[in-house]
Amino acid sequence: MHDLPNNALVNFIFPNNEEVWWSLMIVIYPYLTGLIAGAFVVSALYHVLNLKQFKPIANFALVAAFCFGLFAAMPLLVHLGQPQRAYEIYFTPHLTSAMSIFGYIYSGYLVLLMLEIWLIYRKHFIYKANNTTGIQQRIWYLLTLGVTTYHPDSAPLDRKLTRILAGIGIPWAILLHGYVGFVFGSVKAISWWATALQPIIFLASAVVSGIAILILMYTFIHWRHRVSPDYAMIKKLATILWAAFLFDWGLEMLELVHVWYQDAHEWSVIQPLILGPLYDSYVWGQIIWLSVVPVFLLGYAVLYAGNGKSMFFIVNVGSFLLLSQVLFMRFNVVIGGQLISKSARGFVDFHWDIFGKEGLLTATILFAAPFITYYVISRFIPIFEFDKADRDHS
Amino acid sequence: MKKINSNSSILDSKSRRVFLKQIVSGGATALMIYTSGVRGGHETSRIWKQRSTEHHWAYIIDVGKCIGWGGCVRACQKENNVPEGNFRTWVERYVVTEDGVYVDSPKGGAQGFEPVNAGLKEKAKRAYFVPKMCNHCENPPCVQVCPVGATYKSPEGFVMVDHDYCLGCAYCVQACPYAARFINHEINKSDKCTWCHHRVKQGKLPACVEACPTRARKFGDLKDPESEVSQILQEGVWTVLQPAMHTGPSCFYIGLPKEVI
Repeated sequence: MHDLPNNALVNFIFPNNEEVWWSLMIVIYPYLTGLIAGAFVVSALYHVLNLKQFKPIANFALVAAFCFGLFAAMPLLVHLGQPQRAYEIYFTPHLTSAMSIFGYIYSGYLVLLMLEIWLIYRKHFIYKANNTTGIQQRIWYLLTLGVTTYHPDSAPLDRKLTRILAGIGIPWAILLHGYVGFVFGSVKAISWWATALQPIIFLASAVVSGIAILILMYTFIHWRHRVSPDYAMIKKLATILWAAFLFDWGLEMLELVHVWYQDAHEWSVIQPLILGPLYDSYVWGQIIWLSVVPVFLLGYAVLYAGNGKSMFFIVNVGSFLLLSQVLFMRFNVVIGGQLISKSARGFVDFHWDIFGKEGLLTATILFAAPFITYYVISRFIPIFEFDKADRDHS
Repeated sequence: MKKINSNSSILDSKSRRVFLKQIVSGGATALMIYTSGVRGGHETSRIWKQRSTEHHWAYIIDVGKCIGWGGCVRACQKENNVPEGNFRTWVERYVVTEDGVYVDSPKGGAQGFEPVNAGLKEKAKRAYFVPKMCNHCENPPCVQVCPVGATYKSPEGFVMVDHDYCLGCAYCVQACPYAARFINHEINKSDKCTWCHHRVKQGKLPACVEACPTRARKFGDLKDPESEVSQILQEGVWTVLQPAMHTGPSCFYIGLPKEVI
């Protein structure tokens, strides 16, 4: 039995607190949303800061982000008691709710990603529409949006428009990721959520998970195609990942230290929470194994490991740990907050559901869906340079 | 021409100063009126806030009178078809000892309470029952967070859920500091106490109030100065749950011990 808060002799939870109302779907919703962030980081590096070194992964980052974006709202839909009414959030948004304009911000960003991708690939779509037959031709034709000729003069305009969209995408992505944090940070009834730092923590952790997933996918794809990776570029990306995580982790620890040092009512429930039900997943999981270890690993890779295979290997291990760290963080925030009963005198038990509507199986399927979508898309459009020989004849 | 101009500029700067002073003092007065009437710490003015409606309902719970019989919980379940395991109202039992506070609410107190064990009984300094329910707050966080406005505050004081709009997202359940809300799995929508709105509209009392044998629960109209709730609140010896949350509950407690959260 863990120590109980507020002088409680027995674990007392309010009768309506028996259930953890937001479960795994609400854990993977901000997680999938966060993975989109890789696109805006690479956009910022390539389109805004003009770092040409990241050009080879610019399209990859966009397509990968689009795949995650397609499924980011799915967990919410699965979670809703009345999913058939989800459209109401677009038509009758209640503007005092932190959730009400999520639909617009999220869909807007997805449309922006789609426009960018269309501008980049429309030349390819046109070529395919003109050089295929049957159903294939019709699908490619649809993707051209009816524009079946490509003038060489349009290339500079397309590039300019892409650059503008990428520029708009950066503040928009910051808004999207910060907003997800605000959905939690603004709930005053749950001490573990209610902090003004939450939007920045969610934004920083989205950047971390977004870069980490790009590195891991990049490695896997290059390994599968037996193409040697660009070590120097990966090292630069790893440096940004390391810095972003130091910032993110610093904020997470700052929040914890702040609550501890203030020693107000919140600490009376948060201390027994992190030393009790969240001890393994938060203290050992999120902070020690998945934060301290990758900080040292990536630090070593960035500062001392050169530009070779060993650096690449360490960066991938670090990226995997950080990707897990963010997943643990999402779990510890979303589930952890609900483990404190609003009675402030007891903790709720979280039961892992496997085959239920919001269980592990659904979560796994939803998490796998973006990767499958990416695979399917990558069969049809050239994403990396090495794809071009196979797929890009335009 | 030059002189006139300079004079007018002096006049201008004077009148500007007067004008600015007036703005500052007027603004400060307005701010004082606003904060005294609306913000927490001045709950009385909030309760007596004039409403343009015929009624302004309020609920009073007299902790000293509750015997933990559970008839209120049963009456509520029957009246409102509350699903098993969820509660629109419940009763908590507190046993305060030197070692700490024992609290329980088996089945929401619907079947009453078994006696506590002998050890606890021996150590008990005091014990009491506390009925709980939706507080029908003046500043309800559940209403604030509902993404589609399915939950709303009626002008007469009821906080309601429109089941034709509710998405079942449970954001309101998270936002309620009192755990008064739940997702009703029979309809997959948010659910909570309505103060038996359907009964009140017919001139009846909420089922829990009617079922209470000791009159620990009271419900009435603050617009009627002669009503029992008006009289009791006028005395000013009441409190609300978790006042620091600044939700402005419309359920008022008399004799609420300090251990209660």
